[in-house]
Amino acid sequence: MKTLKYITLFAAISTSLLFVQCKDDDDNVIIQETCTDGIMNGEETGVDCGGPDCEPCGLVLDFSGTYVQEDQMGRPGINTVFGTDGFKDAFNVTVPSQMQAAFQEKFETKLLGLNPGYTSNALGLDAPTFTTVLSNDVLWLAQSGITTYFNGTEILTGRALSDDVIDVSLLLIFGGPMGDENPGLTSDGVPTNDVAFSSSFPYLAGPF
Amino acid sequence: MKKSKLFAVIGGIGVAVLSIFLISADHIDAPAVQGTTADITDFYAFQGQNSSNFVFVANVQGLLPPGQPTDEAVFDETVLLEFNIDSNNDLKEDYVIQAIKRGDSMYFFGPSAPAMQGLESTIATSTRRSVKISTKDDVQITEQDGMKFFAGPREDPFFFDFNQYNAVLSGTASSFNNPGMDTFAGTNVLSVVVEFPKSMLPGGTTGVNPFAASTPMYNVWVEAKRKQ
Repeated sequence: MKTLKYITLFAAISTSLLFVQCKDDDDNVIIQETCTDGIMNGEETGVDCGGPDCEPCGLVLDFSGTYVQEDQMGRPGINTVFGTDGFKDAFNVTVPSQMQAAFQEKFETKLLGLNPGYTSNALGLDAPTFTTVLSNDVLWLAQSGITTYFNGTEILTGRALSDDVIDVSLLLIFGGPMGDENPGLTSDGVPTNDVAFSSSFPYLAGPF
Repeated sequence: MKKSKLFAVIGGIGVAVLSIFLISADHIDAPAVQGTTADITDFYAFQGQNSSNFVFVANVQGLLPPGQPTDEAVFDETVLLEFNIDSNNDLKEDYVIQAIKRGDSMYFFGPSAPAMQGLESTIATSTRRSVKISTKDDVQITEQDGMKFFAGPREDPFFFDFNQYNAVLSGTASSFNNPGMDTFAGTNVLSVVVEFPKSMLPGGTTGVNPFAASTPMYNVWVEAKRKQ
């Protein structure tokens, strides 16, 4: 009997340990699958409200009004690198469909100011073409497949947390067609974040 | 004249704040928004752990030191964060996902067609979803209708050796170091993270990205809009 008790106890402890180990942090995941289905179900106290998962019943929130743009961002660092005093604010309140007309020439001037020796870059884009792409400040996002700013193979199919966007930008601005020009300026030597990212939601690491 | 070239780079991307130069992917990118609750620091868009999903990340209010500044940083109820998705490559948003704080929660709308395109937005009347805003020690995640939501402080995922930029700028160095040192190590941001099924969007457009011409693409971006 004693042996069986110990085995049972051991099993219980092991199970609880496993449970603790599986729960790798204190994330509180609330599943709200029934909160928008138009019927009172689950632990709801009204239609799609009440209970532990849904919003409180009778909650009145005001979402009215008009919201006006103050900042925008597509690709990393575009305004910070290619914007110059006098039009950075304007860039942030220009819709993407009007950006090329408004800013491509300014971007090209800035590019050639940064790198007077610019002819082309590792993507084979001359200055007008490169700055045309960049002045339309939207991030391309592939509907399927790997999403990355650049991973050595895939090019501009999204932006993942681990992408070294600074090096990509420096290389394309300073590296020339073969990526071998201005070698001291084409990488900042920081290829990764200081903290590892999670492979699961919310992906970003917890705060310090 | 490499130094002058690099000076130009830094002049373009650096902004002096309290005599400390700070920079990030879009942190304090322009005079009107720097240091405000509408200052977007970074935007990420990628395929989720489940490859049927997309993940959008918007970071605001960057460069938060650990401790009290992070603990006291709050989202602004007057600032709407809007993820924009253009599916037909006219550079105009066809779908938006909107996020705005009310009380202790972040509320989400969409993806749905916006009531209007462009610089002004109204908040959608479509299905409302929410997540309680997390703190450092109380991480809240909501899962609903195949979507996942998070809002709260996170470690700033951006990395860059900005101190070495400054060293080159000041003439004490002529190039980057290898390895360099991440100037943004140890700082936090406020993050909004949304994961949603790709099936909630119309299909993308081929021929948009010349380096992946046969892959349908979306044009995506994020905006911060303030209530008038």
